This record gives sequence, C-alpha cells and structure tokens, in this order.
Amino acid sequence: MIAFLIKRLFHALLVMFVISVIAFAIQDNLGDPIQQMVGQSVPESERAALREELGLNDPFAVQYLRFAANAVHFDFGYSYVFNEPTTDVILRHLPATLELVAASTFLIIALSIPIGVYSAIKPRAWLSRFFMGVSIIGISIPVFLTAIVLIQLFAIGVSFSPFPADTGWGAWLNDLVSTEGGMPAYGRGNPVPVFGTWETNFASLEGLSYLVLPAISLASIMLPLFIRLIRAEMLEVLQSEYVKFARAKGISPRRIYFLHALKNTMLPVITVGGVQIGTLVAYTILTETVFQWPGMGLMFLDAIERSDIPLIVTYLMIVGLIFVITNTLVDLIYGLVNPTVKLTGKPA
Amino acid sequence: MSLLEVNHLDVRFALRRGDVQALRDVCFSLDRGERLGIVGESGAGKSVAAFSLLNLIAKPGYIAGGSIRFDGQELIGLSDRALRRIRGHRISMIFQDPMMTLNPVLTIGEQMVECLKAHRRISTRDARAISLRKLEQVQIPSPEARLDQYPHELSGGMRQRVIIAIALLLDPDIIIADEPTTALDVTIQAEIMALLLELCEEHNVGLVLITHDLGVVSQVTQRMLVMYAGRVIEQGPTREIINDPQHPYTQGLINALPQMATPGERLNQIPGSMPSLSHLPSGCAFHPRCGFVTRPDGSTRQACVDEVPGFVTSGNCQAACHMVAEMIERERIPAEEQDS
Amino acid sequence: MTTTTPTVASSSTASRWERFRDSYLLYSFKRDLIAQLSLAVFIVMVACAVLAPWLAPMNPYDLAQIDILASELPPFWVDGSDPAYVMGTDAQGRDLLSTILYGLRVSLIIGFGAVAMQATLGVCFGLLAGYLGGRVDAFLMRLADIQLSFSTLMVAIVVGALFKAIFGGATFSAYAVPLLVLIIGLAEWPQYARTVRASVLAEKGKEYVDAARVMGLRSRRIMFRHILPNTLSPIFVISTVQVANAIISEAALSFLGLGMPETQPSLGSLIKSGFDYIQSGSWWITLIPGLVLVVLVLVINLLGDWLRDVLNPRLYKG
Repeated sequence: MIAFLIKRLFHALLVMFVISVIAFAIQDNLGDPIQQMVGQSVPESERAALREELGLNDPFAVQYLRFAANAVHFDFGYSYVFNEPTTDVILRHLPATLELVAASTFLIIALSIPIGVYSAIKPRAWLSRFFMGVSIIGISIPVFLTAIVLIQLFAIGVSFSPFPADTGWGAWLNDLVSTEGGMPAYGRGNPVPVFGTWETNFASLEGLSYLVLPAISLASIMLPLFIRLIRAEMLEVLQSEYVKFARAKGISPRRIYFLHALKNTMLPVITVGGVQIGTLVAYTILTETVFQWPGMGLMFLDAIERSDIPLIVTYLMIVGLIFVITNTLVDLIYGLVNPTVKLTGKPA
Repeated sequence: MSLLEVNHLDVRFALRRGDVQALRDVCFSLDRGERLGIVGESGAGKSVAAFSLLNLIAKPGYIAGGSIRFDGQELIGLSDRALRRIRGHRISMIFQDPMMTLNPVLTIGEQMVECLKAHRRISTRDARAISLRKLEQVQIPSPEARLDQYPHELSGGMRQRVIIAIALLLDPDIIIADEPTTALDVTIQAEIMALLLELCEEHNVGLVLITHDLGVVSQVTQRMLVMYAGRVIEQGPTREIINDPQHPYTQGLINALPQMATPGERLNQIPGSMPSLSHLPSGCAFHPRCGFVTRPDGSTRQACVDEVPGFVTSGNCQAACHMVAEMIERERIPAEEQDS
Repeated sequence: MTTTTPTVASSSTASRWERFRDSYLLYSFKRDLIAQLSLAVFIVMVACAVLAPWLAPMNPYDLAQIDILASELPPFWVDGSDPAYVMGTDAQGRDLLSTILYGLRVSLIIGFGAVAMQATLGVCFGLLAGYLGGRVDAFLMRLADIQLSFSTLMVAIVVGALFKAIFGGATFSAYAVPLLVLIIGLAEWPQYARTVRASVLAEKGKEYVDAARVMGLRSRRIMFRHILPNTLSPIFVISTVQVANAIISEAALSFLGLGMPETQPSLGSLIKSGFDYIQSGSWWITLIPGLVLVVLVLVINLLGDWLRDVLNPRLYKG
C-alpha cells in the first residue's frame, strides 16, 4: 500500500513538473511584468534596471526554480486585471465550477449505470435501441449547442401551434409540443455562503434551479460516452466463461448481472471514467461561457481575452493539480476494487 | 430407465445467413453412476452437446428439437427458474479453462457459498463449513486459507480443483466435464483426472466427460460416443470401441494416436479436415475423407455419397456407416444361406 | 509509357475491384440501411461544401453583396421572411443559407486537415514508441497520458490561446485555417499514437517481423513496409471518429472566439455569432447552423460505428 502510494505520488509530481515547465514557459515568453508594473512612460534604462533587480535576466533554469518555489506556496503573482493575487481570484471562482462538476458527475453516475446495464442485458429491447440511438446523437451534439438548445427550450420557451388552437385537443397538443421557458439560465442567482469564499447552490431550491440547465448540458457530453462504455464492457463480461459458469451453478440472473457482471464491468469503467470526470473541468469552459456561470472556466476565457498571463498560468497549474488529484484517486479506488492489483502498482 | 436420456437432440445456431445445424439427431443415455465419454475433433459438437443438456448454449444457439429426460423429467421447454434448480444442484459442470471459469473479483469462498445458498436455505457459516469440507476432499493444501483468497492467487491446477469442489458442493447426480484438463500442464492433467475419477466413484456420481483425448476416455469411462460434424457416428462400451472400432473415422482417430505409429515414421493422420457445419457434404459427412468409399474391387459405394447412414449394431456397439452395414449384411447372408 | 502498361494496370484494378465487390465490407454495407443513409447524407454535404461558390445565392465573403438593412430576417416558414433569403439572414444581413454552405466548407476543410495532421503525428510517434520501446516509448506515452488526462479540448484551448497571444488577433484571423489544423492536430495526436502503438506491440511479437529482422531489413523499412499495413484497419476506424471530433473541436474553439473569425465563418463561429441574438428571438441564426453541424457529425459517427462493427479492430482501450 505504501509503495503504491509513493509510486503514485512520484508519478503525480512528474506530471505537475511537466505542467509547471509549460506554464512557466508561457509566463516567461508572453508575460512582461515590467510593463504591467510601471506602465509605458518609464524610460528604457530604468526598465532594464528593474529587470535586473527582479532577476528577469537570470538563466531560464534559475527563473524556473524561483517560479517553482513560489508555486509550492501557491504564489503565482498578481493578476493584471483584478490586481490581486491570482490564487485569490481562482479561489473565488473555484466553488462555482466544482459545484457544477459535482452536479454533472452525479447526473452521469445516476443515469449511465442503469441505462448501460439495461441495454447490455436486453440488447434487442426497443428501449435499449432507443437509448443507443439517443446516445450516438448525444455524442454528435457539441456541448455548447446542447446548452443553447436547452436555453431556447426551457429559458426562452418555444411555442408551436401546428394543431388548430381553437379546439380543445388542438390546444392541448400545442401545449404539449411547446415549452414554457422561465428556467434561469444566466449566472448562479444568489448562492448561499458556506464559509470563506465558498457559496453554494445546493442549499436552496432557487440555487438548485440555477444549477439545472448548466449541469444537464455539462453532463450531456459524458453521459452518452459512459452509457456506451458501460454497455460495451457489460456485453463483453456477459460473454465470459465465469458468467457462463455462474449460470451453470444455478445462480439467479439478478445476482449474475448485478454482482458477477457489474463488478467486473465497473473495473475498466472506473479507469476510463474517472479520468473523463476530471476532463469535465475542461468542458466547464464551454458551459460556463454559455450560461455566464461565474466559475473558473469563464474566468479563464476572460483572462485569455485580456491577456492576463499570470491568471492563465495559475489556472493551468490549478487545473493540472485537479486532474492529477482525480487521476491518483481513481487509481487508488481501482486498486481497492480490483483484487488482482496488489497495491504495489503492478498486477500480481 | 436411465437417469439421463437424450433423444434426437437437434441444436441450431441462428445466423444471419440462415440456421446452421450444430447437433443432429443426437441420442445417448447415462445410468446412475455411469461414466460416459464424448470424443471428437474440435468443432464436432461435443461442447454444444454438453452445454445444451442444461440449456446453457449461448445465443444465437438454440435447441430445435428432441428430448432430454433427466430422472423422469423433461428438461426441454422447462422454465429458466425450474432449470436453475437443477443446474449446479443435480447436474453440475466443470469447464475447460480454470483460468477463465472463476470470477476474478470474488473470493473462492463467496463463489462456493453463493452456489449453496442458491439451492438450499442455509446460513453462511454452514455453507462455509460445507465448502471447506469439499475443498478438503479435492486435496487442496491449507483449504481454510483458500476460502478468502481470490482466484488469481491460485495456480491453474489449484483452480481446477476448486471448480471440481464447486461441482461437488451439492452432491449432484451427474457432472458434465468439458475438457477439464486440456488447459492444464501435462503433469497436472493426470492428477486432476485421477482425482475426478476417484470422487465420482466414491460418491457414485455420473460423469459425462467431453474430450478429444482417447487415452483419458479409455482410462476413465465405461461407455463412449464418437461425434463427427454434429452427429454421433459410433457408440458403445469404451473398451470394445477402442479395441475394435467399426467406423472408419474412429479407426482413423485411434490410428492417429502416437503410440500406433511405427517409430521413425510419420504419424498416421486422417487426410483432410472436418467440414464446416454450414457446408456439410452430401450423404455421410465423412465420405470425402473416407478411404472406404471405394470398395476393394474398385467400385464406388454410392450410398456413402447419397444417403445419410443410419446406425447398425455390431456386438455391443453401434456405428453409422454404410461400409459397416454392407459388411454385416454380407456376413449375415452367407450365414442365412448356410441355415437354409 | 508503352501500350502494355494500361492493360496491366486495368487488370490489376479489375481484380482489386472484384476483391472489393466480394468483400465483407461491401456485403454488410448493402445490408445496413443506416450506413447507406449516412454515407448518402455525408456525400451530399461534402458536395454542397465543395460546390458552395456555385450553389450559394450570394457570396458571404463579399461585403458588397451584403445588405445590412436585411439583417435578422427569419427563414421562409416564419412570418416576416423575405423570399430572397430562404433560410433568413444573420445579424450582419448575410444570407444564412450561403453562409452555412461556406461555413460547412470551412468546417470540413479544418476537420479533414486536422485529422491528416494528427494522423501523421500520431502514426509516426506511435510507430516509434511501439517499435523502439524503452525510453522513447516511455517519454512519448507519458506525454500522451498527460495530454489525454488534460483532455484534448483543454489542450486545444490552451494552444489556441497561446497562438492568439503570440501572433496577435489579426494575424491569427488571417491564418485561422492552417493554425486551427495545427492546434487540433497537436491536441489530438495521442489517440492515434496509442492505437498505433498497441497494434505495433501486437504485431511486433509475430514471426514475420522477426523474419524481416533476421533477413537484415532496416528498422525503418520494417516499420513502414511490414508493420504499418497491419495497423491500417484500427487507424481507419479511429479516423472517422476523429474527423467528427475535429469538427466539434473546431466548432468549440470558434465558439470560444479562438477559431474562425466572423468574416470567414465556420459552422462553429456562426453558432457563436447567432448566440448573441437568441435572447432577442432570432433563434435561426444559431440553431440552423447548429442543426447542420449536428447532422454532419452524426452521419460521420454513424459511419464510424458501422466501420468499427465490421472491421472490429483491436482498439486501444482506456
């Protein structure tokens, strides 16, 4: 167990090292702190002095070490735009993004497992075909388009009147194909403060209503992938000899599906899926843009538009850290679930 | 009446381009405590026969006709729930590859206890006690520790012992063993086979042993079936068939054994290979490979090409072969002529 | 060229055609209605894109043809439409149908270009990693791991943002097409590299590769002449899916303002430009290009699914 942890930790550090080198290279080549600090009017000689004083003429490696030393203390300098430490800016935006990701993750897990398992157990049922059809369409719709369609349908509302509106049934059918709109689709509303800069949308019904459309759109990218993955793995497991043997032992189908097969299905799903949940953070950039959700993704896009290099660099480092942590956690969970992995990192 | 009676069993695979018949008109029976071998090349339908007994053939396979009577009860058409009460309980199975047969994420104990619990109202503690006793019977070292181990912690031979223990858990009437030793090391094969034989004799359990190893069949079984291209082509007491095979195919099989070859010369082999089930030759399915289609006098035995042979009885054995039928006929006619 | 060559060539193409005609690929295609429909729709869309300059009622790149007074006109089935603009107009008064046709062209060019780019990168790296093994393998695959764990979208956004910062907005817009091809290519090469590496490792163990080595063939020749042909079927299968992904990536980048400029819109930047007007009720500017994008990606994905089922290659899992 300890050997496994050390190995994972080493791997994580290596990844963070690569990310930090890239982030630093960006900062080094694109950011000009002097201009930010003193503005245009200061003569060139004074700038050069300041440059020397700040150590900006030092070799790349020396500057990197300084950057890394600060990074360990989460000190990435000041944001050009907000004029405060970048980590403070990020911390202010982090809860919104994490809550969005958490809500989507919940939706994905709660829906993909039952649907995937069902369509593997009954591959020919019309409901399974329907799910598979919907999921391939789902894969083909870009997340921002899902978001826009959701806004049109549930925030703005759509009124169709293909049926005669003056008859009772016509009006009823018209109502059925039309949507009301009115769902909030802009920002977070008034989230409830929990502690520090953390405000939550989970604490009130109103807060949750703001979360609904963004969470559904964010979930819509991964949900079809997960359904297809779970179905494919489950179908494969159901073909296996040990499932056949369990049948030959006279075990009930329910136990075969939900213990014998599902446990084996979830092993690859955890590895692939865990990493995918991490990448949800990347997709928040798109969802947050559409819904103006005040999270890190929106902040990052703003930072790009305004060339706020320190903030961009900090975002990359923090997101990198989030990915590394999720990946390590996933590996740990996998090791705990799969008995054939002795937690030394290699299969026994 | 025998414990197990299989009559005219037809099994088909529903493929897109039409049905393929995997078993045709398979008949055999098994008495209580009797050991039967089913022999044939791979693809002859041995495993399909084994799996169809408990209706465990994987889709798109299905039982198209015939009857399987076990202890007076017809199994074909039985509901899955009713069949489940027989599977693992009165008829249990041993699979080919012990590395694939046990569920990798469940402990040995869990996989044994669930089997007992599926068939009996029993506490986990009692189920574990029974499991332990069975593990002792299959001579696994430190059986107590095995219960909480996962399959990957055991060697192949060890796993096959566990599987035999699972097969014996509920004291079944019949064990169907589908090539139980093929996937094992040669040195372990004999050990496992001896163990299986000993346990069957000790508990008076019937055994249907599917194998392509004639040596094993001759050592373990009392009666045997030879299958070719989905049909039974010869059946009878094992010793008689091995010593005096009637069907040219069985003769070929026995001749192909290494010990039958003259040292220093090539092994005897049957020319050609088994036809695909979807493109069976006309008449006797074996005729394109058979050396007896042409009579000694040079004429062709047309029946071999045109007609599917029926069984003819010779001694205690039955063979489905036109040549054998002709020979018996020829022997009988002079005898009758002498009588008259 | 002598007179005999054509006959030789035609006989060899004839046999190739015969082989194709008898192949399982064609057989299952003939039986699969969805695959046929998808291919038909895809061909129509590609044709529309290629022929856009002749099919489109007006040229959206030509400012002289644009009538700003005719902006935000709805499509023909909605009240207040102008019959001159079948699909309506966008906020700048461009005919939406023409803009979509040109946008489809841009999306397809970038999609295929980016896949060519990532396939080239990925196949080379994958072959190297799989064949050489050792440190090269470890380095390349670790890089692929990191990139994939960051998700290709994130990498594309970061690289896109960098390019925009390095070149400046104006230059970026001017060279948007090749830059996007490069960005998406850089972001997505690991998919190919992993698949190719997996097949190479599987092929490498086989005897014919040993035989080639024993015969003294150089490793480059072994890789390209002996191993690569055997990895083609998984490459082919992921290529279809990757074209769909590249088109979506391009749309996402454009939607974020890191892609095609509005003066030369792709489907993605059309959707983006329309999104600003959706609250004012002009849904068609964003939803009609959106529908075209979804149909395009969907038929490619359906074809990819069908191919995967038929060829059933050993794909890299996880």
